[in-house]
Amino acid sequence: MQKKATHRLKEGFFVKKFKKAIALSLSLAMGLSLAACGDKKEETTTAATTAAATEATTEAAQDTEAPAETEAQDTEAPAETEAAAGADFSGDGKVLNIYCWNEEFKSRLTDHYPGYEKVDDTTGKIGDITVKFNITPSENNAYQNNLDATLAEQADAADDDKIDLFLVEADYALKYVNTDYTMNVADLGITDAELADQYQYTKDVVTSSDGALKGVSWQGCPGVLIYNRAMATEVFGSDDPAEVQKNFSDWGKFKESAKALKEKGYYVNATVNDAYRVFSNNVSSPWVVDGKIVIDQAMKDWVDLSKELVDAGETTTEGLWSDTWNKGFMKDSDLPTFSYFGPAWLIDFCMAADDAGSIAHDGGWAATEGPQGFYWGGTWICAATGTDNPALVADIMRQLTCNPDVMKEIVVADNDFVNNKPTMEAMAQDTSYGDAILGGQNALAMFCAGADKIDLSNISVYDQGCNEKFQQAMKNYFEGTSTYDEALEAFYTDVQTTYPELTH
Amino acid sequence: MRGSKNISRYNRWGYIFLIPFIVIFIVFQLIPLGTTIYNSFFEHYFANGGITEIGPKFVGLQNFGTLFSDGRVLTCFKNTMIMWILGFIPQIIVSLLLAAWFSDPSLRLKGQPFFKTVIYLPNLIMASAFAMLFFTLFSDFGPINSMLTKIGLISSPIKFTSTVMGTRGLVAFMNFLMWFGNTTILLLAGMLGIDTSLYEAAEVDGATSSQVFFRITLPILRPILIYVLITSLIGGLQMFDVPQILTSGAGGPIVDGKKTSQTLIMLLNDHLFSKNYGMAGALSVVLFIITSLLSFLVFKMTKSNDEYK
Repeated sequence: MQKKATHRLKEGFFVKKFKKAIALSLSLAMGLSLAACGDKKEETTTAATTAAATEATTEAAQDTEAPAETEAQDTEAPAETEAAAGADFSGDGKVLNIYCWNEEFKSRLTDHYPGYEKVDDTTGKIGDITVKFNITPSENNAYQNNLDATLAEQADAADDDKIDLFLVEADYALKYVNTDYTMNVADLGITDAELADQYQYTKDVVTSSDGALKGVSWQGCPGVLIYNRAMATEVFGSDDPAEVQKNFSDWGKFKESAKALKEKGYYVNATVNDAYRVFSNNVSSPWVVDGKIVIDQAMKDWVDLSKELVDAGETTTEGLWSDTWNKGFMKDSDLPTFSYFGPAWLIDFCMAADDAGSIAHDGGWAATEGPQGFYWGGTWICAATGTDNPALVADIMRQLTCNPDVMKEIVVADNDFVNNKPTMEAMAQDTSYGDAILGGQNALAMFCAGADKIDLSNISVYDQGCNEKFQQAMKNYFEGTSTYDEALEAFYTDVQTTYPELTH
Repeated sequence: MRGSKNISRYNRWGYIFLIPFIVIFIVFQLIPLGTTIYNSFFEHYFANGGITEIGPKFVGLQNFGTLFSDGRVLTCFKNTMIMWILGFIPQIIVSLLLAAWFSDPSLRLKGQPFFKTVIYLPNLIMASAFAMLFFTLFSDFGPINSMLTKIGLISSPIKFTSTVMGTRGLVAFMNFLMWFGNTTILLLAGMLGIDTSLYEAAEVDGATSSQVFFRITLPILRPILIYVLITSLIGGLQMFDVPQILTSGAGGPIVDGKKTSQTLIMLLNDHLFSKNYGMAGALSVVLFIITSLLSFLVFKMTKSNDEYK
């Protein structure tokens, strides 16, 4: 503990040097491992923002002063939004800066954007424009802190340093959408007609309080119950989704099935937080109404269900994304897990299909509707106000979120559920398509039905902190160190520290 | 005349050599200290998830009122001190023992440099990495639990981080592991500085080794012990990374509505989400006062003892 003085006074010069070197290499290693953690999709969903407190929209930004490594071009008059129509980037700046928190968007851009060339792990090229990824993990709010600080400087930043595009999740999308940091999608030249095939809810998330659309998403995130086929056969006599659904059609059945699973030594979910989104995204009122924190009945229902499951030893209280949570994806795990609640990205992104030791590798999962429809997560692309690459940003949005060919490619290659209704509905009928992780099951019809029902009228700016703190506080109740009221009180205190403007 | 001129010329060099320290001290310590105190009188934060600026608005001592009204400062102070003491006691005992052994020529310990390096090693690991390691080791389904289960010592996993003593104990244990090597080396340096003729004289007088230790080594070592105590106390009050990571920022189990492993700096950290300069400033001022008082107290104790002697 005696950090300060000891250093200075007593340690030998050599020890000090050595310590520094070790600390440095350790911190590098640590940074890497953190980055690796960041790969996991964060629990919250994305929402993007961009900055520039200035009046600035497109024109102001892309002017002439040709910074450092530029080659040529970039001098003539601002190309402005219309340029995007023919995907002509001649008016754009030399560098496209993308802010995000994991590799997901990068891989989508690398694999599916026409003409993207990879240079190294965090840079690429589209034509003459260098694409730079600034990836900051979401842990401890690092991504948003970094983004907020950079956005605040946006107006004064050199063109090549300005954020051009950034990603946001649903849990905090409104934070950016309701500011001038994000550009209207319409100002980029993208028309409503082009966006007509997208699911309405993906637009609702990023529509500002005055009705402007501020971002677009390539994915939809209706959730299903993803279960282990082998366990289903053993416990329920069949791994057929329709049969399994009968055992999970409502929460009463869910609890009975959890008991049956427990008798065979299986956990119904890896942690209580697996079912969290099924409740939290089916609330009847937002977390905060008129500056007051409100506990919705759905949240109370989640608490009651979770407490019951934990007391019966049918699930655990570990955090999502933890090593323990991940154990259920593996064969011969000491946490044999029957099911996870999740959308398409969870199947593709978390289940470790590349790992020969995973259940997903052998296609050992299947999907069914589960007790209740829900959505979870999703990543939205926002254009930063002040960007000097409006044409390219618009084209990326168009290609990834409006171009049916590219989107179909994403479904086939990555099994993501894309934000294009006709494409998804056509693919749901396509018997030749199947998700290898789900043992060849085509679960898209299920996802499509879910996507139509998603209602996001109850999201608020405060969702991220409230969700996080609620799970954190209730863990104490589930484990029996606190009563429900004590845990609730702790939750209020925590949220009011996080958001000082709230009361309860 | 000539002489005094020379002295003042030398003195000038003294001041010049002090400049880097003074400048760094003013820029990185004094000014931030001043602005912290200044900020603590204002309502100033960023609403809507940290993006809409509120204030600054002068509110007098209101932040301090809010701070003390919910009692968290006191709880956190208590947690911090408990975890520090739990770690410091074994730390000082083990360090004294090791230092005494290392410095005792009659033991003729072999491979001293090796062991001195090894006990120092945990301190080279970043505290956060160390905490992450323990978090994984001691998680409900982690290696420690599965090992214990396999040996047959326990039938169901021990939930280390869900119990008050488990969490506090782990934090204290980590701090102990990280710092006992460092303390040993400090104490060893002090012990080696003791005039060997004192020990020889004691031996001639027939003193036992425990008498030598308590009557000669410890009293002479006292200034270094005080130094270790103060630095450890100040470091302990600033405890953050280890409990923060071990509890995933949650501050340990909540018992009777109080977080049991949240430290003062963790509480401060919670105010940073909304960039709450006002509350964070007030908390920092309180922390500053506590640190000053405790250091002053320890300092005073040693000083009066010296006069007494």
